[in-house]
Amino acid sequence: MGEEWFFLYDRTWEGLLTAVFDAYVRRQFPVALIGEADTPPLFAEIHRVVADEEKAGRVERALRGKLSGAALACLSGCLYAESPALDLPLFRYVCKALEAKGSIETNYADPDVRAVTDTYRKVLRERLRMMQFVRFQKTADSTYFSMIAPDYDVLPLIVPHFADRFSEECWLIFDRRRRYGFYYAGHRAVRVTFESDAGIFRLPDGRLCDAMCDAGEQAYQELWRTYFKAICIRERLNPRKHRKDLPVRYWKYLTEKQPKRSGEG
Amino acid sequence: MKEDTLRKLRILAESAKYDVSCSSSGTVRRNAKGGVGNTVGGVGICHSFAEDGRCISLLKVMLTNYCIYDCAYCVNRRSNDIPRATLSVSELVELTLEFYKRNYIEGLFLSSGVVRNPDYTMERLVRVAKDLRTVCRFNGYIHLKSIPGASRELVNEAGLYADRMSVNIEIPDETSLKFLAPEKDHESVYRPMRYIQQGALESAEERKKHRHAPRFVPAGQSTQMIVGAAGESDRDILSLSSALYARPTMRRVYYSGYVAVNTYDPRLPVLKQPPLVRENRLYQADWLMRFYQFRVEEIVDAAHPDLDLEIDPKLAWALRHPEQFPVDVNRADYEQILRVPGIGVKSARMIVCSRRFGRLTGYDLKKMGCVMKRAQYFITCGELEAKGVNELHPEGVRALLTQPGGRRKQPDGQLSFVFKEETV
Repeated sequence: MGEEWFFLYDRTWEGLLTAVFDAYVRRQFPVALIGEADTPPLFAEIHRVVADEEKAGRVERALRGKLSGAALACLSGCLYAESPALDLPLFRYVCKALEAKGSIETNYADPDVRAVTDTYRKVLRERLRMMQFVRFQKTADSTYFSMIAPDYDVLPLIVPHFADRFSEECWLIFDRRRRYGFYYAGHRAVRVTFESDAGIFRLPDGRLCDAMCDAGEQAYQELWRTYFKAICIRERLNPRKHRKDLPVRYWKYLTEKQPKRSGEG
Repeated sequence: MKEDTLRKLRILAESAKYDVSCSSSGTVRRNAKGGVGNTVGGVGICHSFAEDGRCISLLKVMLTNYCIYDCAYCVNRRSNDIPRATLSVSELVELTLEFYKRNYIEGLFLSSGVVRNPDYTMERLVRVAKDLRTVCRFNGYIHLKSIPGASRELVNEAGLYADRMSVNIEIPDETSLKFLAPEKDHESVYRPMRYIQQGALESAEERKKHRHAPRFVPAGQSTQMIVGAAGESDRDILSLSSALYARPTMRRVYYSGYVAVNTYDPRLPVLKQPPLVRENRLYQADWLMRFYQFRVEEIVDAAHPDLDLEIDPKLAWALRHPEQFPVDVNRADYEQILRVPGIGVKSARMIVCSRRFGRLTGYDLKKMGCVMKRAQYFITCGELEAKGVNELHPEGVRALLTQPGGRRKQPDGQLSFVFKEETV
């Protein structure tokens, strides 16, 4: 009669692979995986997984022999979803992949493969949405600033896109929900955080006040709002589709959905 | 100056909005040192969605809405009394860049009314694209309209800067076109299309020899047809689309339900509403031809010249051909599975991949994203079979799938109790 084991890990890719390594070494397979912040169970043993580069590397090398690069990207990309419900499917997916003769990545009838694939698709969709819905405001010192609050932690995934696209500009994208951002200036994006009393947290919806903006900024925002209204064909109004494609939770940070500022500042 | 730009932008966007195309797909181009922008390829990026449900990917605007033509279906026709405006080349270039740097847009979609003559107009369009590409080193997306009647040299130059070019057919039947737009004919549309095609093919040939030879409209060309302005049938429209897709560079045909913009013209039908359902069915048929390996004769034929508005064209085809069903999802070819109503390209691929590992059940199919409400009548998967299209007959299936509020209905033969709801 074996006890039930819980694995506690740090929800990183390395941590996950170390957990798999530990499970095989200890010949103990967890009934659940939990993160640092989760409440530990009352009647179960807990094994604390310490992420280890070498152990994780061995598992990853083994996985490379079993799965395609796309499938590996899918597995590691899922962690951006920050979903506790996915811990166990991810763990089991890795185990199944290691034990199978061939690749299991296209077996969509398997619930774990499906859970991982579906989650990765959601992560990619959120990433696309951020590539769509980031709206920069030009500040007085010519930095382009944008605030976002994505459902998943996808900011690191969109940084390369913007670094290529606006390689000559300075820009800052800030994830308000997770309280960190990326600042790009001169060919390199760096992760930045702010003190909890910094001015950035006092911007209610990420809108900069007139004094902080570049002289032409309000005019361009108004031009964009005008364009947004003018391009709509009123005979074809379709509010349901509008809300489906542009969910209301993103409106807060969209320039075209803000009312016109009446001369303040 | 800004007030004036605001007014012009409003007028010129309102004039441009009846052009449907807005996609930014088909080109992958990384940014270059000192440049601004890139193009991601894939399905492109839509930056916003207008309240009519259409996406906003490109800054869709006209350079001018003055026009020497008087086409009955067009809002910008010469005889319409609407506000007119013209943007200068530098104004538009600046506007595009400033919008782009704020991540409002993916690039520029530039069209124009015809002023003086086609070549003069085309030259100005080319100047905008040229300035963006060479002076501002803009690497975002550019979609240029080719003006019917423009010379070959100008089209060839435009192709070097644009990602995609388009010429609109507008009315699929030439006699109707001449009736509604006496100054136009099909030849004036097909000629620039041929120029674009030849330019792209020559460039592709050239690039086989020299890797750095310039690309020519890498995202191909598109066109648009107005639906419901003349008396054409869906068969006319789709046959033309099918012929166009057979050409090497034609990527997209757009269908635009006619919005009654010029109600006073007796040559046009009186429509309360744009024919939105018909437009949607045409797009579905278009998808069947492009992604589902359907031939146009299978979708519409002499006996069924118009698409069924009540059911989608794939279901309509399946109901006309019950002998093709049921399809065994665990054995049938990909092509056969693709023809099952309720199964799309994505789920068909998943089915073909997954069945190597084991037998698939109805539950698996549902989890993979198949719409079982429709698919159930057309498949078998080795389970206790429900009644299929051959047992229920096509009319029966049709009735089941078109009944109003079908989702709420109890399945037949199930015992059900009716409880009265008590309100407290």
